[in-house]
Amino acid sequence: MKLKRAAYPYIVWMMVFILMPLLLIVYFAFTSGDSQSFLDFTFSLNNFKRFFTPTYLKVLTRSVNLALLSTIISLIVGYPLAYIISKEKSKRQNIMILMLVIPMWMNFLLRTYAWLTLLGRNGFINNILAKIGVSPLNLMYNNKAILLGMVYNFLPFMVLPIYSVLTKIEKNLIEAAEDLGANSITIFRKVIFPLSLPGVITGITMVFIPAVSTFVISDLLGGGKYSLIGNVIEQQFRVTGDWHFGSALSIVLMIFILITMAFTSKIDKEKEGGGGGLW
Amino acid sequence: MVSKISKKIYLFLMFAFLYIPIVVLIAFSFNDSKLQGVWSGFTLRWYIDLFKDAEILRALYITILIAILSSVISTIIGTFAAIGIHGIKGFNRNIILNLNYIPVLNPDIVTAISLMALFRFVKVEFGFITMLLSHIVFSIPYVILSVLPKLKQMNVNLAEAAMDLGATPFYALRKVIIPEIFPGIITGMLLAFTLSIDDFVISFFNTGHGISNLSITIYSMTRKGINPIINALSTLMFVVLLVLLLVINKRSDEDLKIGGN
Repeated sequence: MKLKRAAYPYIVWMMVFILMPLLLIVYFAFTSGDSQSFLDFTFSLNNFKRFFTPTYLKVLTRSVNLALLSTIISLIVGYPLAYIISKEKSKRQNIMILMLVIPMWMNFLLRTYAWLTLLGRNGFINNILAKIGVSPLNLMYNNKAILLGMVYNFLPFMVLPIYSVLTKIEKNLIEAAEDLGANSITIFRKVIFPLSLPGVITGITMVFIPAVSTFVISDLLGGGKYSLIGNVIEQQFRVTGDWHFGSALSIVLMIFILITMAFTSKIDKEKEGGGGGLW
Repeated sequence: MVSKISKKIYLFLMFAFLYIPIVVLIAFSFNDSKLQGVWSGFTLRWYIDLFKDAEILRALYITILIAILSSVISTIIGTFAAIGIHGIKGFNRNIILNLNYIPVLNPDIVTAISLMALFRFVKVEFGFITMLLSHIVFSIPYVILSVLPKLKQMNVNLAEAAMDLGATPFYALRKVIIPEIFPGIITGMLLAFTLSIDDFVISFFNTGHGISNLSITIYSMTRKGINPIINALSTLMFVVLLVLLLVINKRSDEDLKIGGN
């Protein structure tokens, strides 16, 4: 069909604006030099060597730990929510999903900033505590505040895919299990949960990726004291100007994400007998 | 019975968790004190201050201008691309779709810095154009992903029949294909628009020369200290986006009624 040609301009576009920028990042990561001309860079592995020092390994560990924890918390808190919503009548389902989505339509920065109003030293919670005579608590600028910010911002990304898979489970399967004498716990364990795994996998990737790469949440709620890999990349590009090291860190970040995705899609395939992953 | 009550409590707690920060943010936009957390009476002065603040108004103008331009341009490029991709089969199609997925799956910060590297490589000055281009780059994949399913639903023979009857491909496109996939195009455009309005990370890295959108302005304001003008601004933006959301939701409901599935 002649219409194929309509895609050619976009193929060129993707080469220029998607592929080429990533290749440039790879180029930056494996070179060093501070001249203005890109061709004067020399090949070097120093950027990666610098990454494998305790300071930056600690940053990576902290980022991965916080992202994993926030993913696990979102799953534990979000799965029941998705399950309850999927059991409601269809009209109520739509309203509840809408209510879940509405907070996401507030600017991401403002949503995070709102927690400053609540948790800050002169914030809402400390003011209430002061009224009943409790001395102010340090609720902000620690790992817990960052974790809270991550769960708050990304929880809907966990609930939505699980919910959409749960609503597609055929009722016949559950009825069949009931007829065969399974109790509700067994039905959940042996039928519903395994069938909802693709949604869980999508949810995990959709929470983990933004959580592990964020720099805004850690910046606002961590007060700059608890930097994550995203903060270090941001500093390299915006402040220090060491794009080579920043690029190397981004590549490390991308590798981590690819590993997570490979790992989760493997679970998916084992359980589902080869359901298509995201790629 | 017990499980019914605990379910209700759980639901209440979850939605309270999601809404309390937003409610507090909105409530303190009407608070007659610069101190957050201390209620000292109702006022509208932060809203008045907001409309006197030249910096914020300029940022609002840039945000909306970029959102309109990037959503229109990415919808045009994305729709043509989707129509083309629909006609491509096999291995090439997979390569194209995977490339198209990269901006969707990559963390924002990686998309942002890779575009920053590209713009520096070709020596474009950072400013309005680079911000606009970066928004188009991350919006097109979403347009394609909303148009492709509509193309799949379309009767394959329609366009071919039109061309067999002597229509040029362009005429068939205008009279047959575009009307068939129009709901998908509109959904894609609205998606691109809201993604653009909401974006911070990609804009933050790809701007320059004093060009800043609302997210960037909010970010710099939060670092200077808490200011109720931000609360007023966020309340207004929230209400506007809420209206937009309801419109989109109504649209997709109608799509369902028309589409039948």
